[in-house]
Amino acid sequence: MIEVKDVHFTYPTGEPEVEALKGISLNIRNGEFVAIMGQNGAGKTTLVKQFNGLLKPTKGEVLVDGVNTRTMSIAQLARKIGFVFQNPDHQLFSETVEEEIAFALRNFGFKEATLKRRVTWALNLLDLTEYRKTSPFMLSGGERKRVALASVLAWNPKVIILDEPTIGQDHRQKEILRQFIVQMNAQGKTVVIVTHDVEFVAECSPRVVLMAQGQIVADGDAKKILTDPNIALRASIVPPQITQIFLGLADLGLPTDVIDVSEAKKVLLEYLEGSAH
Amino acid sequence: MSVFEGFRFRHVSSPIHRRDPRVKFLYVLVMFIVAVMFIELPVLLVLFLLQIPFVLVAGVQRQWLRSLRGAMFLATFLFVFNLIFGYISPGTTPYGMSPLEYAFAMALRFLVLVESFSIFFLTTSPDHLSLALEQSHVPYEFTFAFTTAVRFVPVLAEEAQTIMDAQKARGLELEKGNFMKRIRNYIPILIPLIVSAIRRSLELAEAMESRAWGASKKRTNLYVLKMKKGDLILIFISIILLVTAIYVRYYVPIPTLTRLLTK
Repeated sequence: MIEVKDVHFTYPTGEPEVEALKGISLNIRNGEFVAIMGQNGAGKTTLVKQFNGLLKPTKGEVLVDGVNTRTMSIAQLARKIGFVFQNPDHQLFSETVEEEIAFALRNFGFKEATLKRRVTWALNLLDLTEYRKTSPFMLSGGERKRVALASVLAWNPKVIILDEPTIGQDHRQKEILRQFIVQMNAQGKTVVIVTHDVEFVAECSPRVVLMAQGQIVADGDAKKILTDPNIALRASIVPPQITQIFLGLADLGLPTDVIDVSEAKKVLLEYLEGSAH
Repeated sequence: MSVFEGFRFRHVSSPIHRRDPRVKFLYVLVMFIVAVMFIELPVLLVLFLLQIPFVLVAGVQRQWLRSLRGAMFLATFLFVFNLIFGYISPGTTPYGMSPLEYAFAMALRFLVLVESFSIFFLTTSPDHLSLALEQSHVPYEFTFAFTTAVRFVPVLAEEAQTIMDAQKARGLELEKGNFMKRIRNYIPILIPLIVSAIRRSLELAEAMESRAWGASKKRTNLYVLKMKKGDLILIFISIILLVTAIYVRYYVPIPTLTRLLTK
């Protein structure tokens, strides 16, 4: 779906010039769920902006469905790759939520009947139907974020990129978001999230691509990467709290690659039963 | 947004950067007056070229060029409109200039103004600017509002870029459509920009008030501006420029290109 081949990128206006991406190679297959992680300034957002052509590589190339992004316009790429920005306030401008969602559909030239159906579908999907005629500026932070998400999902892009989806969300909202993402992915959509929320990633357990200083330092299963203290140290992330407990209890002979609460419960119960005998 | 690039201050030191901001402002003011006094192409060209040494001494040529490139759009706009109106109502251009020369001169005058303001902002730190205003007895509230506005220009420019990216990712094509459509294309960018600017200013006000802004009526400054030899030289240059300009305006006939060509 998305092939990144030895991509280097330097921001043109940066002073002094810093290479934000230093030779990234990555392959995201159809239907995959990928979390791109790493500290601030690691190049996560710069990388995902290459996927929909907002940025074009200074060296190397990015292929979407086998086509080089240099040969396509952002609008053409956006039709396939939906990008939800971190801050919904950077995109909301319409008088009603309904109009906000219809904006992209109009840009892509959807017919009026299809457009209406899609808007209704997206409103329903994100539980926003009651706000159809409300101004997006009157909504709460979490609701605005949902409107932003609905406005992208409405045109049903093959890939959806979420930049820091969990920032400023309370626990309940995060849980709703997590279930939503997992469900979308199960239905075959390719999902890419950019985040440094380790706990959130641990609960979703996608493929993790870990970045540091413009390079990929690890790529693999969430369970493998988030529980390896050496990898975590190199990319300045902290393993999930559950994993930290098990890393601390390693002397008892317990496994250290636990990232999930239910798994932790099982392992601990087995251990307690074993020691009771 | 490249026109903003040209107004973003960077901390470097040069003979121009070190000048007293009040003196630099005097220079900009003189440039402004002189540029408005003349509409003759040769004079404007001289004014334009006269400032290039300042840019080179300050070492800001890259940013300066960027700001001029940004101003080109408006300059072209001015050129086209003046040309159209020059042909619609003939005989209204001063000194019997041809509409083409007049339109060109109007665009060049605009560039001269942008050029001098750009030199000023590229070489004057916002702190120096507020110091200059304060020590010219401007009330602190105004000084603060002014410097905050200047300081937030790059922040706003960056935000505008993010908003543009966000809307492009939703299929907005800024360069698409006829003239009116292109203007309308900017609505999805302007509204979020204005809303977030207002929101930001409210937040800033709250943050400042919670840190007791304006608690003491009498403020003193750690740094006090003092004129140096270089400042006196710049004042001298500015005054000479102004006096020469006034003299030339009243006593020296300046040929227009139109007259030179028709002779």
